[in-house]
Amino acid sequence: MGSISLQKVSKVFGEAKVIPSIDLDINNGEFVVFVGPSGCGKSTLLRLIAGLEDVSGGKVVIDGKDATDAAPSERGLAMVFQSYALYPHMSVRNNIAFPLKMAGMPKEEIDKKVSDAARVLNLTDYLERKPRQLSGGQRQRVAIGRAIVRQPSAFLFDEPLSNLDAALRVNMRLEISELHQQLKTTMIYVTHDQVEAMTMADKIVVLNRGNIEQVGSPLELYRSPRNLFVAGFIGSPKMNLISGDYARAQNAATIGIRPEHVSLSTSDGDWRGTVTVAEHLGSDTFLHVNADGVGPITVRAGGEFGVKHGDTVFITPDKSRMHRFDDKGLAIPAAA
Amino acid sequence: MAPKDWNGASFTRTVPEWAAECLSGFGGLFFTRERALPSKNFRSGLAMATLHTRSAARLMMAPSVLLLLAWMIIPLAMTIYFSFLRYNLLMPGMEEYAGFSNYSYFLTDPAFFTAIANTLLIVVGVLLITVVGGILFALLLDQPMFGQGIVRILVIAPFFVMPTVSALVWKNMFMNPVNGLFAWIAKSFGFQPIDWFASVPLFSIIIIVAWQWLPFATLIMLTALQSLDEEQKEAAEMDGAGAFSKFFYIILPHMARAITVVVLIQTIFLLSVFAEILVTTNGGPGIQSTNLTYLVYAQALLQFDIGGASAGGIVAVILANIVAFFLVRLIGKNLEA
Amino acid sequence: MARKVTTRRKLVMTAIAWVLGIMIFFPILWTFLTSFKTEADAIASPPQFLFFHWTLENYHEVQSRSDYFKHFSNSVIISFGSTLIGLIIAIPSAWAMAFAPTKKTKDVLMWMLSTKMMPPVGALIPIYLLFQSFGLLDSRIGLVMVLTLINLPIIVWMLYTYFKEIPGEILEAARMDGASLMKEIAYVLTPMAVPGIASTLLLNIILAWNEAFWTLNLTASKAAPLTTFIASYSSPEGLFYAKLSAASTMAIAPILILGWFSQKQLVRGLTFGAVK
Repeated sequence: MGSISLQKVSKVFGEAKVIPSIDLDINNGEFVVFVGPSGCGKSTLLRLIAGLEDVSGGKVVIDGKDATDAAPSERGLAMVFQSYALYPHMSVRNNIAFPLKMAGMPKEEIDKKVSDAARVLNLTDYLERKPRQLSGGQRQRVAIGRAIVRQPSAFLFDEPLSNLDAALRVNMRLEISELHQQLKTTMIYVTHDQVEAMTMADKIVVLNRGNIEQVGSPLELYRSPRNLFVAGFIGSPKMNLISGDYARAQNAATIGIRPEHVSLSTSDGDWRGTVTVAEHLGSDTFLHVNADGVGPITVRAGGEFGVKHGDTVFITPDKSRMHRFDDKGLAIPAAA
Repeated sequence: MAPKDWNGASFTRTVPEWAAECLSGFGGLFFTRERALPSKNFRSGLAMATLHTRSAARLMMAPSVLLLLAWMIIPLAMTIYFSFLRYNLLMPGMEEYAGFSNYSYFLTDPAFFTAIANTLLIVVGVLLITVVGGILFALLLDQPMFGQGIVRILVIAPFFVMPTVSALVWKNMFMNPVNGLFAWIAKSFGFQPIDWFASVPLFSIIIIVAWQWLPFATLIMLTALQSLDEEQKEAAEMDGAGAFSKFFYIILPHMARAITVVVLIQTIFLLSVFAEILVTTNGGPGIQSTNLTYLVYAQALLQFDIGGASAGGIVAVILANIVAFFLVRLIGKNLEA
Repeated sequence: MARKVTTRRKLVMTAIAWVLGIMIFFPILWTFLTSFKTEADAIASPPQFLFFHWTLENYHEVQSRSDYFKHFSNSVIISFGSTLIGLIIAIPSAWAMAFAPTKKTKDVLMWMLSTKMMPPVGALIPIYLLFQSFGLLDSRIGLVMVLTLINLPIIVWMLYTYFKEIPGEILEAARMDGASLMKEIAYVLTPMAVPGIASTLLLNIILAWNEAFWTLNLTASKAAPLTTFIASYSSPEGLFYAKLSAASTMAIAPILILGWFSQKQLVRGLTFGAVK
């Protein structure tokens, strides 16, 4: 229960080809994150799976059955929207009960399921309130509650945390991950935030301009990005990309090295540079260094590394963690 | 007057380039704030907009569109037709084609120019009073005070009074030269009471109509004023702006759009002031308080000259059309925001 | 955000605002007071403000002399009738425009608005003659028809602006939750649309109640609503201030109360959503 397969799915809005053609298999129980910059088609893809948007071509197969022409309500999926989309005129209880009521479930059973869901989500005290009387995080939990009571074959999340403040976002991220551990139901989660993708996903799908750039586990994408786009998108701070003479010397058009794979010294190293900005986060220090002959490089240093603007430092990239890309932006395998 | 000219869209196709440019600059002045807001409406992309729903949508819109189309075209076409006839209700069966003689008769009639002047005087006079008064009242009502809600209710009340009631109450109980309250006030200060409707009929009507519309202007200005960000006012204060510069540089520009809306909407209604004239002066003395609407009414239903009155009606339509042109553009711009 | 305001300033503002507010309201207050006076007190000089002989005589008189309640019920029938019919016609089209918009939707809305700008004298003569030949002059049905048509654009516009505010995601959520179209309409859309429909209803009843061009021109006695009835006081016989006041008070009181409830909708409705 909960496997989804997209076969040559495409979507065209008028003239614009939002999604040219996508093939993707999502296994039962997986937590899949669609990530990409805004306008990359990730939300459209989710809405195609939900059935809120008709595909222009291809097939959507849910649990082995062709669901391409099925109405959203017939697909057995539940969705959590960015704006939460709670029914403003209904109490929290009725919001959560709504899908069950639509399914014609007997009242006692609805009550039981609603109170179970409320307990899991810490909403028991708020059941009689209206959505407008709740905080952002509580509304979010109601939206999730409304999704889980139906026991859908898969959950769809459309940027569910983007309206929350930073601290709450970290909290909800954990809660959703825990929920996935408990329920073991397929979840498809759309976000533009690579941190959310990295921390939550079993499988990340990186999308760009309607195309899949790469599919893989967070560490796979981190270790071996298939191209420049993925290399630049995954990881924080971003991977340093160096082109020019240094790259050519390595038989590549572009060289990529992550800030955490550069070692730092005040006395000697491969490159000499000047610190432009030092960001002291406590646990880490990010140095923005202008390296002679290479250009600006971001370096991650130890937590309490005492340098400041204008200091001269020496940096050495870890050659074994270097990524090489050809002139088309594709990764060159390490062996070559 | 082709009926399609009532259509806002076809207006835009016929205006010369320069006018279009003026208008877009005009619009830009007032709508920049709204444009900056991101649109959260993804509705057009909904699955609802399938072929099936589109035809259902057309069916749902059909009744109102067809009714309004009929309401617009049939009377207008008939009025145009009548305007070219010699047609008097007192002489039935004598209708004949009259060419433009109704128009030339109507447009050369000195009463026509008086009526046009009176129409414009009413519009301008009422606008002046209500816009200035509305801004002042809005500023006042925006101040912290006790019983704000009640004052607001008091100020808004005249808008809900039917025109015939307000006109008669003002005419008899306030402006009557013998028994009116104004006469008593004048006498108690030792002045000769004014016979309002005999000596300043048009001004009296302007006062009555302005009283009815002041609440509308106040309410809209107040709504606009209350949407002004408090922090913007505070920023201006930090920048050293006094009360007057705050008003002229921050508050007034913010209210510009509300003022435009008030001016345009009131103009539409004020061009057609009728009941207030009918129950107070009957357009008199002579034709001193006759506006275009009343003139056409008098021509048609008092002198039974259908042809002449129709020509006058068409002139009124053209006049309103010019105003409507601007209003449609303005509100249309807002719809995009 | 809470700004410092001196009590003195607040008191001064309160005084100015109350004086001006009462001045604006005074004609209505004066009408109300006069309606309880005898005709002699009504024109007494100096005017009597509160200490006069209070009487309900005028209200009796107005009813018995000219059957006030006939006109009152005409007003009720005409304003409610035209508004309800208008809503029945307008709800589907506003609905379609808000939830299944096309490129033409905006043009249609603007065109509807432009019909509202046609000055009534442009249509007065043909409508009068048509009504004459169809026997609709001085009939409630005829007036309901005309008022429905003149307020239809405002009704469509108001409903449209309300419907458009219902977020599309909520309808999608209902669809995901397994609601069929009928259930979506019954459980989600209708409850969310009702406040907007109610406001539209309210404002249009007010507008129709006070309409004074078509009512004056198309009715005389049988179907005359209060606007026309009050206008008959413009050529009075004898002393009539108190009776005029009584008739006026009854004509404006219900709508004044409705109006006070609809302040916010008024702005939105009459500016076609341009100011909210």
